Amino acid sequence: MSTEVLRAPMSPSQLVPRAAAAGAPPQVTGHGAGGPASKRIIVGYGFWVFLLSDVIMFSSFFAAYSVLFKNTAGGPTARELYDLHNTALETAFLLTSTFTCALASIAVGQRSQKWTQIALACTAVLGVGFLTLEVREFARFVALGAGPSRSAFLSSFFTLVGCHGIHVTVGLLWLTTMMAQFYVKGFRTDIRHRFLCFTLFWHALDIIWVAIFSLVYLVGTLPPGFLP
Amino acid sequence: MFGKLTWQAIPLHEPIPLISGIAVYLAVIGLVVWVVIKGYGPYLWREWITSVDHKRIGVMYCILAAVMLLRGFSDAIMMRAQQALAFHGGGYLPPSHFDQVFSAHGTIMIFFVAMPFVIGLMNFAVPLQLGVRDVAFPTLNSVSFWLTAVGALLVNLSLVVGEFSRTGWLPFPPLSELRYSPGVGVDYYCWAIQISGIGTLITGINFVTTILKLRAPGMSYMRMPVFCWTALASCLVIVAVFPILTATLAMLLLDRYLDFHFFTDTAGGNSMMFMNLIWAWGHPEVYILVLPAFGVYSEVVATFSGKPLFGYRSMVIATMAICIISMTVWLHHFFTMGAGPDVNAVFGIASMIIAVPTGVKVFNWMFTMYGGRVRFTSPMLWSLGFIVSFVIGGLTGVLLAVPAADFQLHNSEFLVAHFHNTIIPGVVFGLFAGYTYWFPKAFGFVLDERLGKWAFWLWVVGFWVAWAPGYVAGLEGMTRRLQHYDNPAWHPWMLLSALGVLIILAGIVAQIAQLVVSIRTRAARRDLTGDPWDGRSLEWATSSPPPVFNYATLPNVTARESYWDAKQQPRETTQPITSEPDYEPIEIPRNTPVGFVTAFLATVTGFALIWHIWWMVVLGLLGALITFVVFAWRDRTEFVISADEAARVDRANRAVRAESLLALAR
Repeated sequence: MSTEVLRAPMSPSQLVPRAAAAGAPPQVTGHGAGGPASKRIIVGYGFWVFLLSDVIMFSSFFAAYSVLFKNTAGGPTARELYDLHNTALETAFLLTSTFTCALASIAVGQRSQKWTQIALACTAVLGVGFLTLEVREFARFVALGAGPSRSAFLSSFFTLVGCHGIHVTVGLLWLTTMMAQFYVKGFRTDIRHRFLCFTLFWHALDIIWVAIFSLVYLVGTLPPGFLP
Repeated sequence: MFGKLTWQAIPLHEPIPLISGIAVYLAVIGLVVWVVIKGYGPYLWREWITSVDHKRIGVMYCILAAVMLLRGFSDAIMMRAQQALAFHGGGYLPPSHFDQVFSAHGTIMIFFVAMPFVIGLMNFAVPLQLGVRDVAFPTLNSVSFWLTAVGALLVNLSLVVGEFSRTGWLPFPPLSELRYSPGVGVDYYCWAIQISGIGTLITGINFVTTILKLRAPGMSYMRMPVFCWTALASCLVIVAVFPILTATLAMLLLDRYLDFHFFTDTAGGNSMMFMNLIWAWGHPEVYILVLPAFGVYSEVVATFSGKPLFGYRSMVIATMAICIISMTVWLHHFFTMGAGPDVNAVFGIASMIIAVPTGVKVFNWMFTMYGGRVRFTSPMLWSLGFIVSFVIGGLTGVLLAVPAADFQLHNSEFLVAHFHNTIIPGVVFGLFAGYTYWFPKAFGFVLDERLGKWAFWLWVVGFWVAWAPGYVAGLEGMTRRLQHYDNPAWHPWMLLSALGVLIILAGIVAQIAQLVVSIRTRAARRDLTGDPWDGRSLEWATSSPPPVFNYATLPNVTARESYWDAKQQPRETTQPITSEPDYEPIEIPRNTPVGFVTAFLATVTGFALIWHIWWMVVLGLLGALITFVVFAWRDRTEFVISADEAARVDRANRAVRAESLLALAR
């Protein structure tokens, strides 16, 4: 506990740079010296980091799906099961819901309660439509004896696509909460921050769906012998 | 009604878990009764349980870790005793119990001791070092802590209700599949880790955002203290790999609950996929633990050598290099899988390369001490013990990274000695160093140095007596997790190892004594300067303990070690005690019970899932949704400390510090 140097308490804001005092060349400091970011930046940034972690979770399920894709254990294969018409319809629903979600962002920017509610309601309806199609597809597979217990391939299929479906469900719960909050509390700053996160979430689900659409459904229905 | 839960779940016929469990629960109930009788309940609720202050949450994390250390260490004593006694016999633990003990030991030590302790120190120190008032998301921070506590609670619940996993600290299939582990042990493990894992992930997100977006003015990247850099690296790894753990355990749970076939090795399942996935999380996990410990050593060595850290820039580069390379070495955990020489060579070389940035760090610490006026305080002793011991642990790691050698040493006591040699001197010593170093900042008085040094010497000697024999026994062919054995060559080493664990026990007793003695004599060891170690970074520029807002006005950072730099200036020119900063009102997030409520619901849901009580699962999830909505519905999330109040607190603190510093100088 040496205290050879005479020290006195100071408010840290009063620290004076040694280099600056001596007229020395400025230190190379790296970036980011501007002080704490605004609340909006912090909230959005944190949510981006969460979305990245969510994408990593999905990538684990994608990896498991690709490893187990051919392990059908004598059961139905992807090519026999997948119905691209259904998938196309699901994709249409989800992509359109992203469009209406973006419209909702504009409406919130304009502080228009009416258009915000309309755009979000459309998003919700399209989301429910997507989920209905997905549940119907799952039910059809199970009825064909191709449930998740049939083979490792089907286990990984149901998990990957189902995990996306659970995300959409959670997103719908969140969406209705947002609608209620806008309605009751108006366009308060913190609620708009939450809405920013919600739109990021909804768009991210779209991006993941694009990966599922391409890597699961399109690749899964390629003619035999196309893949090594 | 209650799923799989019947009276059979209470281990009435197994005295050891029953008695120890009852003792633990009596102690907990006794503690609660004492709190209620003394009337501390409302205070605890207001100031701690619902607190969103990063300093309080950090302290609670450390307390959780300390309590769980005692639990994990009692498992260690049981294991060492078993292996000492079980030569030519069965020892005193039946295999089913021994398997639970080693599984619980690893699970607890990694997930509920090392992780919360690391996160606790990060919570306490990072915002102070960055010169800000709190983390980016204070409420989520509280949720993180309470979810971690739920994991710990579920693991301990398995002592008296049901059983714990018998499949090791990682539940390798197919053994962990329903067919071979039909009990609830693996379910306890999975749900405890899933729930606490979500907490850890939120912590990672929180601190990445805090460190990248929330720093005092002037605190550029190249001016951040090294501890903040290591915390950033650690949290980046958390964000990158904890989702893999969540996904992997989800797959195992689906296998167990809904008859999926990910890892069953039947119907096309592949158990080696589990190894790849779990180690893609598991290896980075050890760097999540050790990087912040490296950060603590960097702070401690610089402070007690009275010199700036040698090679700051290379330290930062080494930290970030480890952060990335840590994710490219996982396959060395199963070279014996048979991936072939090419794959094994790639991962073997990557594993050796990661020793290079670690070596850079070791040299940096040594050059920091070189030419400095080293003060051999107990945090410094922990750091020196670390450098000497960890180098040996690292070297045996490089040895294991050679695939040809690994085929001999895989799953042997040599391996067990290696990872204890990196985690105890690497992580645990760092945590103890950080605990001693920041304790006066947290509580305003210094821990007893004499007992602290006793603790250090007992730990370091005990560690070597306990684990040097592991290397020898491993080279003599002893595999890990043996409940009994007949090879006379191993027996003396196991006896020596048991002696070592007793020496460590003495070290822990010394630490408890240190805490008790220090608290009892706290009046005499009060530190009013806020800077008991002659520190270099910003946390020492505020009072001990810091006020709730940390800094009345945000520091204006102008150099890498601003506080140290300022202390070198003549007082008249830089430290105008008379002039005051312009105080402004401070917004502080309100305390909230949402973390605690989330924890309660997570406990209910987790317990219900483990025992298949489906109505309770639904209730728990419904409660979570309601909590979410109610929390989102709050109108007032912050309260304001007026400029006058901030000025009053700050003036009082400054006056006390000025007086004590001048008194010291005289």
